[in-house]
Amino acid sequence: MTNPAKLSCKALWKVYGGSDQAKGHIFGAEIFPPGEEVLQGFGMIGAVKHAFLEIAEGEIFVIMGLSGSGKSTLVRLLAGLIKPSFGEIYLDGKDLLKMSERELIELRRHKMGMVFQHFALLPHLTVLQNVAFPLTIQGQAKAAAQTRALEVIELVGLKGRESYFPRELSGGQQQRVGIARSLAVKPEIWFLDEPFSALDPLIRREMQDEFLRLQGMLKKTIVFITHDFDEAIRLADRIAIMKDGRIIQVATPEELVLNPADDYVQEFTRHVPRDKVLSVGAVMEKGAAGEGSGIPVKAKIAEVAADVIAAGKPLKVIDDTGQPVGAIDAQRVIDVLVRNEA
Amino acid sequence: MAWASPRTVVWPGLFVLTWLLATFGRGWLEAAGLGWAMQYPDAWVIPLKDSISAAMKWLVEEASFGLFTFTEFTRGISWLIEQPYNLARALLAEGFVQGHGRRAVQIVPPVSWIAVTAGVVALGHYARDWLLATIVGAAFLYLAVFGQWESAMVTLASVLIAVPIGVAGGLLLGITAYRHRSFERLLKPVLDLMQTIPIFAYLVPILFMFGFGPVSALVATVIYAMPPMVRITTMALHAVDPEIRDFGVMSGCTRRQMTWRVLVPSARASLMVGVNQVIMLSLNMVIIASMIGAGGLGFDVLSALRRLNIGGGFEAGIAIVILAVAIDRLSQAFAARATTFTPPPKGDTWIKRHPRSVIVLAILLASYAVGLFLPAVQTYPDTATLTTGRFWDNGVKYLNINFYDQFEAVKLFFLQGFLLPVKRFFLGIPWPWAIAMVTAIGWTFGGWKLALMNLLMAGFIAATGMWEKAMITVYLCGTSVVIASIIGIPLGILAAVNERAGRIIGVLIDTLQTLPSFVYLIPVVMLFRIGDFTAMLAIVLYALVPAVRYAAHGVRSVSPELIEAGVISGCTRRQLLTRIRLPLALPEILLGLNQTIMLALSMLVITALVGTRDLGQEVYIALTKADTGRGLVAGFAIAFIAIIADRVITASARSARIRYGLESANG
Repeated sequence: MTNPAKLSCKALWKVYGGSDQAKGHIFGAEIFPPGEEVLQGFGMIGAVKHAFLEIAEGEIFVIMGLSGSGKSTLVRLLAGLIKPSFGEIYLDGKDLLKMSERELIELRRHKMGMVFQHFALLPHLTVLQNVAFPLTIQGQAKAAAQTRALEVIELVGLKGRESYFPRELSGGQQQRVGIARSLAVKPEIWFLDEPFSALDPLIRREMQDEFLRLQGMLKKTIVFITHDFDEAIRLADRIAIMKDGRIIQVATPEELVLNPADDYVQEFTRHVPRDKVLSVGAVMEKGAAGEGSGIPVKAKIAEVAADVIAAGKPLKVIDDTGQPVGAIDAQRVIDVLVRNEA
Repeated sequence: MAWASPRTVVWPGLFVLTWLLATFGRGWLEAAGLGWAMQYPDAWVIPLKDSISAAMKWLVEEASFGLFTFTEFTRGISWLIEQPYNLARALLAEGFVQGHGRRAVQIVPPVSWIAVTAGVVALGHYARDWLLATIVGAAFLYLAVFGQWESAMVTLASVLIAVPIGVAGGLLLGITAYRHRSFERLLKPVLDLMQTIPIFAYLVPILFMFGFGPVSALVATVIYAMPPMVRITTMALHAVDPEIRDFGVMSGCTRRQMTWRVLVPSARASLMVGVNQVIMLSLNMVIIASMIGAGGLGFDVLSALRRLNIGGGFEAGIAIVILAVAIDRLSQAFAARATTFTPPPKGDTWIKRHPRSVIVLAILLASYAVGLFLPAVQTYPDTATLTTGRFWDNGVKYLNINFYDQFEAVKLFFLQGFLLPVKRFFLGIPWPWAIAMVTAIGWTFGGWKLALMNLLMAGFIAATGMWEKAMITVYLCGTSVVIASIIGIPLGILAAVNERAGRIIGVLIDTLQTLPSFVYLIPVVMLFRIGDFTAMLAIVLYALVPAVRYAAHGVRSVSPELIEAGVISGCTRRQLLTRIRLPLALPEILLGLNQTIMLALSMLVITALVGTRDLGQEVYIALTKADTGRGLVAGFAIAFIAIIADRVITASARSARIRYGLESANG
């Protein structure tokens, strides 16, 4: 990535069980990083094991894994909700773990926002009060907090429902409140912990579009947790796949489909709509000549398939600067579409 | 018992042996020169009560914290509690007076009965709807019309002071326990003990420290009503969705903001249940505390019972019931309201936004003004009060004249056929043997820890010279629990199986549960006079509720899949009940039994008023003599009986649950 890392972690561990002495031992120099047998030998269970991540400014970084893979623990470590057993976490180059309680509170008040799976709305407050809550906690004046709250409520399309109570809203609307609330403080880092998992599929789709629309406007640095691979593919700039506490692969959706790190990852990619993931650049014949006004190398196959097939001849592919880099023909597009069916 | 196959021989054998010992043991032991095993020798009694009394005396007379003495400390607390109490009492019952005794002159009269009634009607409407407003309004009108107004207001004043103290104290302790694990561990056994020590037992030291009067009564009430609030607070805070807690952290809440702006409000619904409990327990205790000077309705009942004034007792008793029901419904409505959306009040002025408050305020001022010329508006006129006293008098007289033989026959039948043999049995067991048996039972169900605890607790009872009275307690409590279970468990099963019966029984149980324990004494004393049988009836009535409730819950919560499996296998309805529902509901029924025993023990002390000769009487005597040591030792003895019963039953319920795979053995 060209952008500097906004949030990163190095050799991050969270283990449960085992004595403090044992922890000191296994995170000591000789046997680090410990393997499964070592952990088991000390009666420990690793929720997050040896995680390295660099999340760039303005990127949507999705952490994907099935239940029990440690993704929720990882995001809670990154957000500072729980303390790691070992490792380092940096936000804007500053070590999160060396900060005082006071500094952490300040950080959370101004730089972080989080959306929760089950919304975590306060049941005794109205929509407006819920959204204004993080601002009032900071001691902002009531009027200013309300003005800002109304702004974000409008942003998520809930204008007119300010005085409703959470339990009077549908699941999708409740999560909109959750999103508005997390955005009220204008966070730089936005954590979303399975935000759409509790919603039914149609609403989920709608909320994903809404999320992309918001991100298009706001350009936050996002850490998004999901167990749904399709959701990850749809939203992510990059995806980290987790299994049994370990990060197996970090890659763009396209790289995952083209070069899965192992069978486990491949199993997920099997049913992915490849035309929507693969870009022209991954399929074209490099260096070959083609006709036409030029297809952008980063365009997805699905976007250009109809044109390429209709053209009946190889079309020119160009990069960001307009230079031709290769050509794509109907056969290559059809291959992608057909494998899609399988 | 089916699950104890090797024990099927041992336990009946031991029981037969115990029975033989109880029946013939006295002769044998005396012949063998072991008479001390029947009657715990006086010389062996540890003079614990004297030590406690001496310590108390020292505390009150000499103890000092340096800057101030213990007595000054208690006086300070007294003063703090007295101020709001006097205010509430003056407002509701007595008015503001100047001077003392007969020279007292009323400066401002108390709030008129019309204004108080208007106030509760407004509260009812605010909390729910016109129906509730009508119910509570009617309840307060009843108090006025039937001449119970002043006593009821004195009781209400005590409740109004005790409840906020109990709620706030419980909330703070609960929050501290939630925050600090070590404090929770410290608090838990204290709470357990507080809930099992009979209320009378701590009336004695409180009386000693604060003297006879309303302050003692209030302190006792708060101590009695607070433990459930502490428990519910800790539980409710632990039950707050962890995501909400995470959200609080992520918003950058400080610890204080986290507690008061995130956790406590989120747990509001559960906390309101605790508030309701505090209210009901306070009411119950205020009635009992009339013995140490709380006055009010409880005092009326007590003095009526002492004078065998049937009508007066009934009237005051019904007034207690009505007050209890009104307060209960009102507080439950408030609890439900906390989670319901109400549209914001419209209007731009304070008057328009608070129509109810304005109307009540207007009625209050108007009734003051009119009351100066028309006393009936200020105080409900005595001449217009109705009395049902004569009706009850006549009714009871009629029953006693016409059905005396029948009542006596029932009483005799139970006494001779059931109560007395059981009493002889318990009193006949040599105490070393009984202690050995209790220890053995502990060992069977809960291993050596429980065995040791049982041994020590039973040993304490013997060593403090309480053995005989403890056995009477066990007998009276045991027979009552048996009868309460015989009536209650089938009712519970019926309620679970038959929906219509379930609804009727549900209403009945809810009502029984709102009644202060004192009230149960009135009808049984009227019909059966004093004695063991009367005490047993009162205990059965009071302790019935959990037997019904837990049985119903246990049978209802059997998984529907298992019922379907039974139906598919061709079970008849009876087989479904006996083969599937009952065995699976057993752990739940055992827990109900546990609660029944606890309630029975707490009621037992109150029945000391009707002349039983058990530990309850011991506490009661200590109360009248202000003998702290005696009262506390007897109180501990009762608590130990309760704890032994509780631990043994809990352990056996747990082993039953483990057998059914509802709980893991190491969980």
